[in-house]
Amino acid sequence: MSIEILDPVAEVEESAPSRRRLRKLGWVGWVSIAVIVVALLLALFGPLLAPFDPNSSDLSFSNVGPYGSHLLGFDGQGRDVLSRLMVGARTTIFGAAFVAIVSITIGSFLAIVTAWFGGKIDAGVSVGIDVLFAFPGILLAVLAAAVFGPSLFSAALALSLAYSPYVARVLRGAALKERAMTYIAALEVQGFGAWRLCVRHLLPNISSLIVAQGTILFGFAMVDLAAISFLGLGVQTPQADWGVMVSDGKSSLLQGYPLVSISAVLCIVAVVAAVSFLGDRLDASSKDVNR
Amino acid sequence: MSALLEVADLTVTLKMDAGPREVITGTSLTIAEGEAMGLVGESGSGKSMTAKAIARLLPKGATTEGSVLFDGTDVLALEGDALLKHRAQVAVVFQDPRAHINPVRRIDDFMTESLRILDDVPKDKARAKAADALEEVGIDDPAKRLRQFPHELSGGMLQRVMIATALLSEPRLLLADECTTALDVTTQAEVMAILDDLRRDRGLSMLFITHDLELAGAVCDRTCVMYAGQVVETRTAHLLHADPLHPYSAALVQARPDITSTSERLVAIPGRPVSAFEAPSGCRFAPRCPHVQDACRDGEQVLLDLDGGRVRCRRAEDLRGTLLDGAHV
Repeated sequence: MSIEILDPVAEVEESAPSRRRLRKLGWVGWVSIAVIVVALLLALFGPLLAPFDPNSSDLSFSNVGPYGSHLLGFDGQGRDVLSRLMVGARTTIFGAAFVAIVSITIGSFLAIVTAWFGGKIDAGVSVGIDVLFAFPGILLAVLAAAVFGPSLFSAALALSLAYSPYVARVLRGAALKERAMTYIAALEVQGFGAWRLCVRHLLPNISSLIVAQGTILFGFAMVDLAAISFLGLGVQTPQADWGVMVSDGKSSLLQGYPLVSISAVLCIVAVVAAVSFLGDRLDASSKDVNR
Repeated sequence: MSALLEVADLTVTLKMDAGPREVITGTSLTIAEGEAMGLVGESGSGKSMTAKAIARLLPKGATTEGSVLFDGTDVLALEGDALLKHRAQVAVVFQDPRAHINPVRRIDDFMTESLRILDDVPKDKARAKAADALEEVGIDDPAKRLRQFPHELSGGMLQRVMIATALLSEPRLLLADECTTALDVTTQAEVMAILDDLRRDRGLSMLFITHDLELAGAVCDRTCVMYAGQVVETRTAHLLHADPLHPYSAALVQARPDITSTSERLVAIPGRPVSAFEAPSGCRFAPRCPHVQDACRDGEQVLLDLDGGRVRCRRAEDLRGTLLDGAHV
């Protein structure tokens, strides 16, 4: 055949998708990023930045409002609220991040294994997941506190376990869909192993969903960890933690000094909202770009 | 020319929810070294299944009878490494390139992955090989293309990437399963021209599956017509158009629109195409055939040798030369 070859070159801006994705964030996205950055800085450097010792108490300042350089005043035991917030960021944020990362890891692993092998393995693991669904996270945390003693670690471990089934269920659907794609079949018949196909091909294709799930779970974990600490089963007093502060602020609240609890609650709400907004944005923009 | 591929009396049965279903019955075809064979037929006639059987890509639970000999080895009995080796010698290019490529990996990864991981070719060498292959299929600036993602390439470009990738394993037989169907006509022509050139340069054999009789006639040495899971005619490509032996081939030839004449309606074959499992006994085309006789409905018809071709019609000799008459309105 003597057909002249025309070259329909598809000129596409280099690296356009990532830049477009950033532009799509909008102001909500940027504010969320700012809140998260501040929270992360506090989590990392809070103890260095805190203006006062978070644990030194002076009962003569019990429940005193904002005063001089003590911008948020004092709690019921006369400790500086601002310093406690800054120091408390660490356990609160890293605790939630631990829960999100561990549950995402376990959940993704289960999702990919069930989707990849199907059949009896899928059926067996899915039943196990259904059973885990029956236990609320808080209940598991109580159990973990009874077994390992109340600490942040046992609470975080319990929550990680409780969240994994949610991740597994959502990701399993996506992984099943990807598993059925012809490109996977094409690679399979070439002789590539299951491990490589899962890690190098399947996982990257469901990564946007994994990120979205992670951000949602981070928010849940923060609230639940705070709740567990509030119950006294997580972070132990006198260590500063936002959940513990809400709990400690109870008595002040009853005496008409709401600032302690409210400032801690606002911090929790701000970070949770920022993370879930950002996750939402990232998920939406990755859908626009990829599909 | 010796036969590179010899499919003899191949029957494929798929396992369906409703029970086993035969999709190909007693298909026989041979492809010589360096020969291009066209495989045409309606949807569901078993073209793709034949190709899949040759590449050993049949779905799970499929059972086969008969034999597929590739360069003397029995393909249907291959296992493990020998099977992988066979698949490296038989390259398949499918209809939809976009479905066969991981959307989040670069072209580079796609093309070189099997060389790097399965054949232990060093990264630079694999990349250089991929770039050469891209150049061979007429892609400019291969280095840039290798860095791009699949969604940044057009359909025709991506199909050329697929062809280049298929050639990387240095196959001896290329199975092109409607590889130009999803492309628009001009791109189709380019891709076909590339495929044809490459084939001639490398002395590659090709099984070219298509719905397009003209295209098959243009690029193939011989054309094989399938109906309801059977080969009904194998004939030198240009003779199929001028002097078909089987009433079904003749009807297909006549059903094509003719660019030089206008007509109210295109000629159609009455009835609907049947699949192998619902085909009647006797000649499978009998219910739709204008030349049917009572005897056609009894007994399975075998392939007859006639004038260098093979045909599955007991009246082939009687009807010879009359099949194309009078049907045009």
